[in-house]
Amino acid sequence: MSDKIPVTVLTGYLGAGKTTLLNRILTEPHGKKYAVIVNEFGEIGIDNDLVVNTDEEVFEMNNGCICCTVRGDLIRIMDGLMKRKGKFDAIIVETTGLADPAPVAQTFFMDQDVSDAARLDAVVTVADARWLSDRLKDAPEAKSQIAFADVIVLNKTDLVSGEELDAVEGRIRAINPYAKIHRTQHAKVPIAEVLERNAFDLERIIALEPDFLEEGHHHHHDEDMQSVSFRTGEVDPEKFMPWISDLTQREGPNILRCKGIVAFPDEPKRFVFQGVHMILDGDLQQDWKPGEARESRVVFIGRDLDANAIREGFLACAA
Amino acid sequence: MTATAAPSLTQNVTPLGFDANVTAAAWLKDVAAFGLGDGGVMLAKGADTHRAAAHPEGGVLVAATDGTRFVTGGDDGRVAVTGPDGATATLADANGAWIDSLAVNPSGAFAFGAGKRVRAVSDKGKERNLEVPSAARGLAFAPKGYRLAISHYNGATLWFPNLETKPEVLEWKGSHLDVTWSPDARFVVTSMQENALHGWRLLPDRGHMRMSGYPSKTRSFAWSHDGKWFATSGAEAAIVWPFESKEGPMGKAPRECGVRPAKVERVAFHPGVLILAVGYEDGCILLIRLNDASELLVRPAVKGSGITALAWDKTGRRLAFGCADGQAGILTLPL
Repeated sequence: MSDKIPVTVLTGYLGAGKTTLLNRILTEPHGKKYAVIVNEFGEIGIDNDLVVNTDEEVFEMNNGCICCTVRGDLIRIMDGLMKRKGKFDAIIVETTGLADPAPVAQTFFMDQDVSDAARLDAVVTVADARWLSDRLKDAPEAKSQIAFADVIVLNKTDLVSGEELDAVEGRIRAINPYAKIHRTQHAKVPIAEVLERNAFDLERIIALEPDFLEEGHHHHHDEDMQSVSFRTGEVDPEKFMPWISDLTQREGPNILRCKGIVAFPDEPKRFVFQGVHMILDGDLQQDWKPGEARESRVVFIGRDLDANAIREGFLACAA
Repeated sequence: MTATAAPSLTQNVTPLGFDANVTAAAWLKDVAAFGLGDGGVMLAKGADTHRAAAHPEGGVLVAATDGTRFVTGGDDGRVAVTGPDGATATLADANGAWIDSLAVNPSGAFAFGAGKRVRAVSDKGKERNLEVPSAARGLAFAPKGYRLAISHYNGATLWFPNLETKPEVLEWKGSHLDVTWSPDARFVVTSMQENALHGWRLLPDRGHMRMSGYPSKTRSFAWSHDGKWFATSGAEAAIVWPFESKEGPMGKAPRECGVRPAKVERVAFHPGVLILAVGYEDGCILLIRLNDASELLVRPAVKGSGITALAWDKTGRRLAFGCADGQAGILTLPL
């Protein structure tokens, strides 16, 4: 696990400041060497790092699963990069402004060779404070990028008022309640807040607990993209596992991401899971602490989610 | 006595060691050539080695040979050619785009892929370019004539670089990786992202062949010298498909050779007899005789030293191998 190379996916709508952030990461004196996978040779001037130019190629997996798409070019490039293992410490994948982050993320779950060699560290989305609200209305890609993010760099805050900034942050929170938001100008954010976050590590979900969820669910009526979250006590694994599996299979195209911590009766460890569309990854991890409330909590981020049906389905799993 | 069940040939191996992942191996008559992840090409005659700086700015991603020269594609965007004397030169330049597919024709022609672009250069030096729908993953020349198979997303393309005729597209949904022609030119076979192989029967009926059931991707395959067997990696045994009939392997079960609790990474058929060299992810190498499934141990498992390259010389006396950690070796069969 530890010798897997961490991969940071850098997304953001056109003009949000993605390249500025990338340049900042690469030019800061961190003593690390990155392999950077970019779509076009932009203005990234790097002496020390390995830049790989690629055309994004989104491939459907031939397995009957309609939302199982992967980045074919990424699989090919990872294969080549692994032949130069030891020449770099981490990988950064910059997507185009119009890219859906799902195929990149799914590549790390779907391709055995890629997941053996590398681990998805975090999806970092750069958002333009001034224009994000408009983009959320007219650009489905911009919404997906917010929904997928583990870290959101809310950039160009100098171009909006304090109230406007709070409003746009509210919009982000309505879609994605658990991403860490950094307000920046010129994408000035400490590198450690962006890289090596371990956000896709299941263990990490536990660490997010304090602001992991609020009671009930978030819902903005003007957003078709939303998050819903629920909590209950212990759940019966015989009910919960078929339910979550069926829900993600059925609603997978609409569920962009899901995460949860679940308590099973008489099980000393927590069951932790996360998913991307139809792909689910879960494990029993880390003991419940003595005296800790054995609560089960789930969150789904997606499009047109039927919050009531998900709530009823989840609550019906109660042990 | 040895601890393993198979009789051992380990005493007949000349060990070699390099500084980087061995990405490819081939023979230039009696000189073994190894492509490395650090861009070097190592030439070995017996235990004597010489390093040629084939890709000083990059790594060797792919290599091919016509028996006299070692042609390599690199992530520096160059195709380099290295001779048995260590002389190395640039054969083609793709302006920085990774070259990760390559084929060499015994006539002297060669072809390479850089992203979606495929360039073929004939034995007379005539250059032709073709753009395929998505990145070219694999290239293979037909056994006879100047014809190229190119594997890519949703199928393969057959192209006569010297003719104006439209390239022929063989369709099959999914991402196709490496490609090969059967020695009788009757079949084109690709490995796929979905842990399966796909074949097209070019004669007489354009039939499809699906060879599935692999637990992981096939990234190495080899035809027997008589063309009747097709060995593949991707399972915890070499999966060897029978191709002796005109129909190919359809409806027939493959042989499983060298079943071990480790994934097969590389396979290489002996050029003269039905003996298969099998390299595993745990570093072990076995020789397996197809007739009676008897096994000979070439290399025991070595931690972190999975087999990444295997090549027989033309005479079948010597087998070169390379590993993920830079170890390598040459087996010389006792007479």
